[in-house]
Amino acid sequence: MKKGMYFYLQLAFTLLVCAFLIVPIFMSITAGLTNNYFVGVKSGLTLRWVEQVWTLYSDTIWLTMEIALVTTLVNLCVGVPCAYYLARTRSKLSAFLDECLTLPIAIPGMAIALGLISVYGGISEFRMSWLFILVGHVIFTLPFMVKSVLAVLQSINFRVLEEGAASLGASFWQRFFHVIVPNCKTGIVSGILMTLTLSAGEFNLTWMLHTPLTKTLPVGLADSYASMRLEVSSAYTLIFLGMILPLLIAAQWLNRKPKRTA
Amino acid sequence: MKKNRQYSLLIIPALIVSLAFFLLPMAKLVWLSLAEQHGISYWYILTKPMYLKSLWSTFLLSAVVTIASLVIATIVGLFLTRYEFKGKSVLVAMLSFPLVFPGVVIGFFVIMLAGRQGLFAELGLALTGERWTLAYSISGLFIGYLYFSIPRVVLTVMGAAEKLDHNLIEAGRSLGANRWQLLRDVTLPALTPGLISSGSICFATSMGAFGTAFTLATNLNVLPMTIYTEFTLNANFAMAAALSLILGFITWLCLTIARRQGGSSLGMGG
Repeated sequence: MKKGMYFYLQLAFTLLVCAFLIVPIFMSITAGLTNNYFVGVKSGLTLRWVEQVWTLYSDTIWLTMEIALVTTLVNLCVGVPCAYYLARTRSKLSAFLDECLTLPIAIPGMAIALGLISVYGGISEFRMSWLFILVGHVIFTLPFMVKSVLAVLQSINFRVLEEGAASLGASFWQRFFHVIVPNCKTGIVSGILMTLTLSAGEFNLTWMLHTPLTKTLPVGLADSYASMRLEVSSAYTLIFLGMILPLLIAAQWLNRKPKRTA
Repeated sequence: MKKNRQYSLLIIPALIVSLAFFLLPMAKLVWLSLAEQHGISYWYILTKPMYLKSLWSTFLLSAVVTIASLVIATIVGLFLTRYEFKGKSVLVAMLSFPLVFPGVVIGFFVIMLAGRQGLFAELGLALTGERWTLAYSISGLFIGYLYFSIPRVVLTVMGAAEKLDHNLIEAGRSLGANRWQLLRDVTLPALTPGLISSGSICFATSMGAFGTAFTLATNLNVLPMTIYTEFTLNANFAMAAALSLILGFITWLCLTIARRQGGSSLGMGG
């Protein structure tokens, strides 16, 4: 009986915490679809706010997708080889490189953005283009890609696999692309999902790096929160959630899968 | 020998990216912060009340948020690992989704909850006849920071609690320890490394959170807002550089502590 009471107390508390996290999401979804939020849902549901957001901000949505995809592509080309190198070497140099690559997680986006502006801000063609934001996003997300591939490499015995392939006459590049890469598939996929989600939602860096012509979705969100009516802001948030929720669900599904097979 | 070294080529792209777009900018920031009158900015930060106050209030807010999220997350995390019930996986999913929401969106959620037309305002109106508006003050920041901290800590606590040795608890129980003694002497000491690691991550994230503070536009000058103001309004690049290096040093220190305790650095949001 006593155990029962504690169970329900803890359950109630947990539900309260979940409500704290979830209720605002639902509030902004309903507000984005309601005719007049101050009157309430009884004023009727509408898609007009979503349409208005689309006409005002669709360019930010496209730019965000573009940057997220290119960031992922760069991370694949740069991060996967880097993870392999770090898994293979145990030297002072590689420990230092590991530290340098992890550092951008620890440094606030603010500082990275200021540094980038101080070095490259003078090159106006670079400063004005979306590539400037891309560079920031790559620096910020690369550690996550490297870490997630590295984690897989450290959990499998890739040296044995490679030796097997080498004994059959596979060259180094053949081994890398046909043995190593397929074996870290789970790490690569979770790294891709992580990069896409983080890049799509990045604000701290992007706010400092953007120009009026290179606005991403989170920058547009901040803009609409400051100047638009609540329904428009909510509809915009709704579009953003619609973009990242599939990625989150995919990541959760991926994380659960190995446990099931194990 | 040369054949074995072929794999070293694979680090070159990462090396170029890291050198050109991270290490060089960071070095430039250090140089900028020191170049103007031999680093007088650092002296100003230590002596001018405006900067000291910003540093101190950010520190205090982050510390309070960290303690509050550790307490909340320990209760929730232990509950979710100890019991099996229907719908548990849904609750866990709910708790982990907000992990990657950007700070601006979290700021907006705080407005939804505690803004002028928010849920708390309606609640206050119904209960006491006046609107409770917390969003644009320090309590709004507190709510927002709590929002992005809880998921991080809950997931770490759950990870640590799953590894808990049940024999120890059984042993304690058979020796006659009650619920609170078990919690104090067995469970909490076992969770301590996880709590220290997630606590430092949570503290670091709170210190560097810009988006939430930016959206709420509170009267409280948290450090990232001070940096932003120095850079944009006052065009004081040396001061902005010095402040962001101090901030970067604090967050780096926290994450190093977290890593020593074996924690993984979950994504920095805020």
